[in-house]
Amino acid sequence: MCVRKGLLAAGLGLAAALAAGPVGAQTPKQGGTLTYMIAADAPPSFDGHRETTFATVHAAAPFYSVLIRVPPDDPASTTEFVCDLCTGMPAPADGGKTYTFKIRQDVKWHDGSKLTAQDVLASWNSIVFPPKGITSARVSYYSMVDKIEAPDDATVVFRLKYPSTAFLPALADPFTWIYKKEILEKDPHWYEKNIMGSGPFKFVSYEIGQSIKGVRNPDYYHKRQPYLDAIEGIFAAKQSVRVDAIRGDRAAIEFRGMPPSARDQLVKEAGDKITVQDSDWNCGNIVTPNHKKKPFDDVRVRRALALAIDQWKGAPALSKIAIVRTVGGIVFPGSPLAATKEELQAMTGYGPDIEKARAEARRLLKEAGAEGLKFELTNRNVDQPYKFVGTWLIGEWKKIGLDVEQKVVPTGPWFQAMRTGDFDVVVDANCQSIVNPALDTGKYLPQSAYAESFGGYDDPKSIELYNKMLHETDPKLQREAMRAYEKHTLDTMVHAVVTPYWYRIVQYQSYVKGWKISPSHYLNQDLANIWLDR
Amino acid sequence: MYRYIIKRLLLAIPTLAGAAALVFVLMRAIPGDVCVIRLGSGGAHVDPASVEACRLKLGLNDPLIVQFFDFLWNYLTFNFGTSMWSGQPVAREIAVRLPVSLEIALMASVIAILIAIPLGTISALKENTWLDHVVRMVAIAGIATPSFWLGIMSLVLVLDITYLATGKPWMPPIDYVPLWQDPIRNLSVVLLPAITVGYRYSAVTMRMTRSAMLEVLREDYIRTARAKGLLEQIIINRHALKNALLPVVTLIGIEFAFLIGGLVVTEQVFNLNGIGRLLVLAVQNQDNTLTQALVMLVVAIFVLTNLVVDLLYAWLDPRIRFS
Amino acid sequence: MTIILPHAAARSGPADEAPEIKRSALRVALDFFRRQPLGTLGLAIMLVMFAAGGLAGWIAPYDPEENDFSAMMEAPSWLHLLGTDQMGRDIFSRLVFGARTALIVGFSAAFVGGIVGLVLGVTSAYFGGWFDLVFQRVLDVLMAFPLIILALAVVAVFGAGVFNVIVAITIPLIPRCARVVRASALAVREIPYVDAARALGFGHARIVLRHMVPNVVAPFLILLSAFVGQAILAEASLSYLGLGVQEPVPAWGLMLQGGAEEYATTAPWIAVFPGLAIVLTVLGISLFGDALRDAIDPKLRDR
Repeated sequence: MCVRKGLLAAGLGLAAALAAGPVGAQTPKQGGTLTYMIAADAPPSFDGHRETTFATVHAAAPFYSVLIRVPPDDPASTTEFVCDLCTGMPAPADGGKTYTFKIRQDVKWHDGSKLTAQDVLASWNSIVFPPKGITSARVSYYSMVDKIEAPDDATVVFRLKYPSTAFLPALADPFTWIYKKEILEKDPHWYEKNIMGSGPFKFVSYEIGQSIKGVRNPDYYHKRQPYLDAIEGIFAAKQSVRVDAIRGDRAAIEFRGMPPSARDQLVKEAGDKITVQDSDWNCGNIVTPNHKKKPFDDVRVRRALALAIDQWKGAPALSKIAIVRTVGGIVFPGSPLAATKEELQAMTGYGPDIEKARAEARRLLKEAGAEGLKFELTNRNVDQPYKFVGTWLIGEWKKIGLDVEQKVVPTGPWFQAMRTGDFDVVVDANCQSIVNPALDTGKYLPQSAYAESFGGYDDPKSIELYNKMLHETDPKLQREAMRAYEKHTLDTMVHAVVTPYWYRIVQYQSYVKGWKISPSHYLNQDLANIWLDR
Repeated sequence: MYRYIIKRLLLAIPTLAGAAALVFVLMRAIPGDVCVIRLGSGGAHVDPASVEACRLKLGLNDPLIVQFFDFLWNYLTFNFGTSMWSGQPVAREIAVRLPVSLEIALMASVIAILIAIPLGTISALKENTWLDHVVRMVAIAGIATPSFWLGIMSLVLVLDITYLATGKPWMPPIDYVPLWQDPIRNLSVVLLPAITVGYRYSAVTMRMTRSAMLEVLREDYIRTARAKGLLEQIIINRHALKNALLPVVTLIGIEFAFLIGGLVVTEQVFNLNGIGRLLVLAVQNQDNTLTQALVMLVVAIFVLTNLVVDLLYAWLDPRIRFS
Repeated sequence: MTIILPHAAARSGPADEAPEIKRSALRVALDFFRRQPLGTLGLAIMLVMFAAGGLAGWIAPYDPEENDFSAMMEAPSWLHLLGTDQMGRDIFSRLVFGARTALIVGFSAAFVGGIVGLVLGVTSAYFGGWFDLVFQRVLDVLMAFPLIILALAVVAVFGAGVFNVIVAITIPLIPRCARVVRASALAVREIPYVDAARALGFGHARIVLRHMVPNVVAPFLILLSAFVGQAILAEASLSYLGLGVQEPVPAWGLMLQGGAEEYATTAPWIAVFPGLAIVLTVLGISLFGDALRDAIDPKLRDR
């Protein structure tokens, strides 16, 4: 699994070189407040175990620690992982089935008490084996975990059912925050509305819809860090506000990403006061029809939806105004497991002849008795790229005679609509953190195998093909198995339509140092290694 | 005068109660089970036992009339409930944001009154001259212009003009600080929205001032004063203006409450953390508790403002004051 | 025999029973154009908007919902008179179809709200008694909600979309109309003619329709013109907030959110023209309404 890093050499000769290794040649300066924009109205909750949205991570990650993580100065790496709370990366024992982590002894909770292996155990049990009534969004990532133990206050042991290369990347997931055992036992829902961690920053205040503030944790166990005195995250769902804020230096950076048009505008105006980093993004919108609602239970109707969309023409056009770029299948386009253009074009919805495809779509609709079908497209109230993609889709579907109305809802009700099945067709997102196609493509499994799958379908064949791919160790055979799984998902059953993958462009004030881009806007967000050069 | 005041005070109470009833009915009419939405916010799986416990706690299984009186009693004792969206007490959410909206509203009023009354007066005095026509067009444009569009345009203008003039675009700060903490920063946040939302306010006031002045100037006693040879200036200040301002004061009071409507969109444009934006967020996020409290707040402000205006009118109008 | 009561007459004493000579409609219209140039301008603007909305299918050079990715955010040119928006859609086409949406919403809400308000106001004034007392208190309650707040609450209950927006705007307009109509109708109620007519056995409906309603028509029409303007502004606000008409339906308020704000500095025409359209339309209606008021009763001027 490798990731293509994009380096931008902007027309005016600015670029931010991604130095793999230590943080630049300068010595980090202490002090200053980092004001950053969060591209959302508000997180649905602060519980990292429960949520999958960047709003939660960008708001609360600076307050928490994790067990292991990607290296903060090389977050694009997919193979290297470093310790946060542990003392060293263990070598797997017992034929790759046992991982023993030693926990640091100098970690303090923000309330002053000591963090022990028992806290790590309680948190991980909550993630891998959630008790009744608790939602853990990533349960399926850890299907290989048999048991977790903490024989003493300084050791945590993970015992697996079978060895798996997918385990360590899953363990480094940025949502796996460590919570205090006492609080979890007293009230497992406490962390949804409250924050108390052991991370580089201490929680100060949260004004809903406005901002979240933190101050430096003087007892942070990584010496000298954090460099910042304080952080302030300002919520703004409207892109114009975020762009204007950076333009007017009211905020220094926004971590999600902005479209090329915003980048061009900022760079043109501010010259070298703005730095840009960009990269391919392990995120894409997928269009999921509700298989439980007629007529979307009919594969012909779903196929028609896919055939109507001109991916190859839409992607380059949208890439100018929205944060999308590359046409792809179910696998992140930069990965060796991804389909080639020829392989894609052989599947439904990716064919080179759009007129032929649309004629076929109309024919299928007529056959299924769904001509001129009228339905509602549920979409998330985020401009980039959800609403742009939604408007594009409706334009495409109009060309085969469909009458689609868009229903735009904020993040909370959007999740709710999907989780309760209250939609006709929804614009969902498949955003993963570390590029790990074997696990990332679990999104297309039926809900019985993957909690965050909302299409409402049963499909044992899909599970069978997926497991075959997951357990395959030979790369060539794994690729073949992935093709089979992809074909079944997108071509045979058309469980979902994959729209062009996102492209991450982050522009920020040049005095912000220490931050490196990666293919995921969930990674590297604890802000401990950021410093201000002014 | 006291009979008038008592009557007005007494009328306010059934209005508030009726509004509460309407809000109560509207909020109960929103589809979806309050408890399911609250527990399942964000879509977590809910089990029936906790839904039932929540219903018992909120009293949702009681007959509607009991629920209504609970609701009234809660509000009278300032217990507004907990926001389903943020989990914080509603009173706190509102308390954080009310100063922002109030400050913008007050500033808009001040600007509007300072501009509108002189302009309206001059327009009346110079009736049918080009000045009058210009003022009238400006006023009518103010009524026709959507405040959010004005906000967008003014923001763009400010950014572009500062960029052209100084090479660096200036944008008002996006986080609000109270006036006593940092007056300059506070004013730079509030000024542009106040002007935006105040334009319509001043337009309406301008028109009313003009028409009231025109009516007064036609009255017999003004003609008498002129015949007696009084200076025009004294006529205007001591006789005309005082009488003309009576309906204007009423209008200013009523329109102040309507500012809230303008604030709802203006705060969106400028991304300000006021109660207007909170109301929109509450409606979008299906937070019934918050929506209910905010609507009642707006209604209460409206009724209160009308009451104050009525009382002011009673004091200013000699016909009522000395009755 | 119908009595038409000008307000001046109502104030000066018992009703004058002499019938007025009705001037021909054409005379009335020509007089209006001559005396009220601004009002004529307003009427002209309204007619242009009507034509644009009604003939949208013929005038619009492009399909307002058709995305054209080869022509995104283009400045006004001969190909696209007012430019294109961020999805490549022709702004001029979207504007004329938006006129249709705006006028439909504006007039539906104003008319339905006005008619219902008229009926309720006149009925309440006619029957009086405790019905009128209760009705007045209900009006007080409804009027305590600013228009946009009540509309927001209705949208919260029923959801977004064009039809719900019309309902949401109609509801606050009803009490506003009822109150004014009631005040005018009360003036007729007081005169002895109505009691005499009742004594003679004339039915309620006949008295209401032939005597009360004509007297309230004047302020009612003036109010309607104000309502249309307010309704159009309210619809624009609701769509801007995302609670009204949804993408990709063309509507002026909707055109001002999303791409318009994002690209306000690089492609200002996306935001400028829909806003101007709203201003012009409401301006036209307001000018016409003002002139109407002047023509019917100069004493009500500029209120």
